[in-house]
Amino acid sequence: MKRNAIGRNLRIAFFVLPGLSIVVVFIVLPLFMSLFNSLYEWRSTTRGAYVGMENFRRIFAQFPYQERFFNALGNNVRWFLVTMLVQNVLGLSFGYFLSNGIPGSKVFQRVFFIPVLFSIVAVGFLWRLYLNPNQGLINVLLRAVGLDGLAKPWLGEAEIATFVIIAVNIWRWLGFPILVFYAAINNVPNECIEAAHLDGARESTVFFRVILPLIVPAMTIITVLTMIGSLNVFEQVYTMAGLTGNPFYATDTLGTLFYRTAFGGVDTGIPEIGVGSAIGVVIYLLTLLCSLGSILGFRTRETEL
Amino acid sequence: MNDRTIVFTALLVLVVPFAFAGGAQEDAPAEGVVELDFWSWRIEDTDQYEELIARFEAANPGIRVRFDPIQQTEYNTVLSAALQGGTGPDIIHLRAYGGLEQFAQPGYLMPLDGVIEELDAIPEGVLRGATSINDGRVYGVPFASQTLLVYYNSAMYARLGLEEPETWDEFIANLEAMDGAGITPLANGAADGWTLEVLSGVMGPNFYGANGFFNAIMAGETGFTDAKYVASLERLLQLTRFMPDGFMGVSYVDMQAAFINEIAGHFVGGSWEAAYFQSQNPALDFGIFQGPVENAGETRYVSSFVDGSFGASADTEHPEEARAFLTFLMSRETGQFFADELKLISDVPGVNADDPFLQEVIAFNENSTPYMTLVGFRYQQPTGSTLLQAALQEMFAGRIDAAEAAGQVQRGVATWFEPFQD
Repeated sequence: MKRNAIGRNLRIAFFVLPGLSIVVVFIVLPLFMSLFNSLYEWRSTTRGAYVGMENFRRIFAQFPYQERFFNALGNNVRWFLVTMLVQNVLGLSFGYFLSNGIPGSKVFQRVFFIPVLFSIVAVGFLWRLYLNPNQGLINVLLRAVGLDGLAKPWLGEAEIATFVIIAVNIWRWLGFPILVFYAAINNVPNECIEAAHLDGARESTVFFRVILPLIVPAMTIITVLTMIGSLNVFEQVYTMAGLTGNPFYATDTLGTLFYRTAFGGVDTGIPEIGVGSAIGVVIYLLTLLCSLGSILGFRTRETEL
Repeated sequence: MNDRTIVFTALLVLVVPFAFAGGAQEDAPAEGVVELDFWSWRIEDTDQYEELIARFEAANPGIRVRFDPIQQTEYNTVLSAALQGGTGPDIIHLRAYGGLEQFAQPGYLMPLDGVIEELDAIPEGVLRGATSINDGRVYGVPFASQTLLVYYNSAMYARLGLEEPETWDEFIANLEAMDGAGITPLANGAADGWTLEVLSGVMGPNFYGANGFFNAIMAGETGFTDAKYVASLERLLQLTRFMPDGFMGVSYVDMQAAFINEIAGHFVGGSWEAAYFQSQNPALDFGIFQGPVENAGETRYVSSFVDGSFGASADTEHPEEARAFLTFLMSRETGQFFADELKLISDVPGVNADDPFLQEVIAFNENSTPYMTLVGFRYQQPTGSTLLQAALQEMFAGRIDAAEAAGQVQRGVATWFEPFQD
């Protein structure tokens, strides 16, 4: 009996260890390393004296770190709000219409999903070309149809640049929430919907009172993913607005701020590993808290059949 | 996966390491020959460096040098990781000023003053780029320097009957003439902050007072909020109406494309552009001039800066051979080679440039002033450059005025620059 148990444990260890060691070496260890590094003073790549919370104090209280940090955090919040409002509402409605079998729904299902498969970097660079103020596709089209007034330096205007990048990301990623909501709505038992119809419920009532409560798990997943995605935005901004979040940090996010601080900009930067690690720790804590919060928040709303 | 693929993959896995092992053996130097590793970010110039090394090896049979270039954007990270881990190269292509400091301060580099006698002949301004502000020692032998200037399209100038401007008013008049002829007068945009920093480096010195102001600000006697400096930034705003439509979204690459394709008539930039302009459009006929001055007859200064240097690792096992190679890299012969083959403005005294463009740039440098934000304020974060780039973007977008832009730079730099702290 005992030998059997040992054998079983060994077998489990055999399957678990490779994955676990990768997680420990590449995820858990760096996490604690950055926490450790954030407590020290750094001179380029050499660790100096222990400084306690000094690096964190700088982020929250010293010019220009403070302004950059809260500016970047504000943009991450924008990413989250706009993505939730536009992308996920669109995703839910498209998923609903597709699952209702509107004409051509099979084709649309595939078309909507195609951009999800594109490389995020390729999408960023291509859209950057499209959005070029003078030779870019968008402005050329606008001018061709006489809407010169609408032609703008899309990525150069501080007021709109972040929203333009978010819009491009929605274009790329919309297929994913559609897919998740489509699958979730298809999983709602037909009996429930039929019963509601027999009781004389209108289409909108069916949607809000029957379908929506039953797809809360899907909404939880999408919300948590959106939250994590919004806190970790990097490639989209890096490819379309550069590491400094041009113009003048209007598109800066915690991801680009972290990278720039920890590793230095290409031409003017000096790496500040201490402050960079501190930003990394803050991003980690924010992600953890937000994900936990939304998972717990949605759990109370889940409906069991 | 069928059986055949599996067998083939397994074979490949077995064979490939041996293939590389064989290559490494062939490369190993013969008995008694010292091998030096030489790292650089100039991948584009590999052929020229190989040729230079061949000349050195011919004269020094006991030494072999292996040139190992690394992607420019990754160079600093790879180099600092290697130096920290003790696996760095013997010979290091170093960046200048603040870029040097991050390797000099931790003690990774071999001090060269008092070791290489030829350094005594190098002008102080050039050595500044390879001198640590921490201990005042020199860690590199000179490589090349860059100059900031204005390019103009000569064919357009001829067609419109324009002449190279001397004063600011003449410059504006030329821009207006191009505007009237339906040409974009100025290629410059504001999407990449560093191109604005360059713009201020070209136009600023003649209005803020060049070297006198530089020395005063480095001593903390004045600051970026000095009225002269603020006025020099404010003047830049007069140029916005000559920039391309939507200039806030016009990036560095767009700027280059506009000048190369003869859409725009002027390009405010650095001497490093010339070779690229030439290679992209051999038919493009361009000239250069220094930043304009207020009144005719005033001295016209150009901002210039040292673009790097060559140094040696403090841990090298072959310090004698490393010194020999560094001495060769700062010889007249090498300087001439850089000028002829790489079109670089060598910092080695006595190098003659055959190229008319280089000759003109060298002549401009008779009145040169340090490119202030790079030379003086890139030593710690937030660097003067980082601050100025963002502040100028904000100023060009019309969000803040010149005084506020200068104030942001002053405030940020004051967090680490001691002369500003009292």
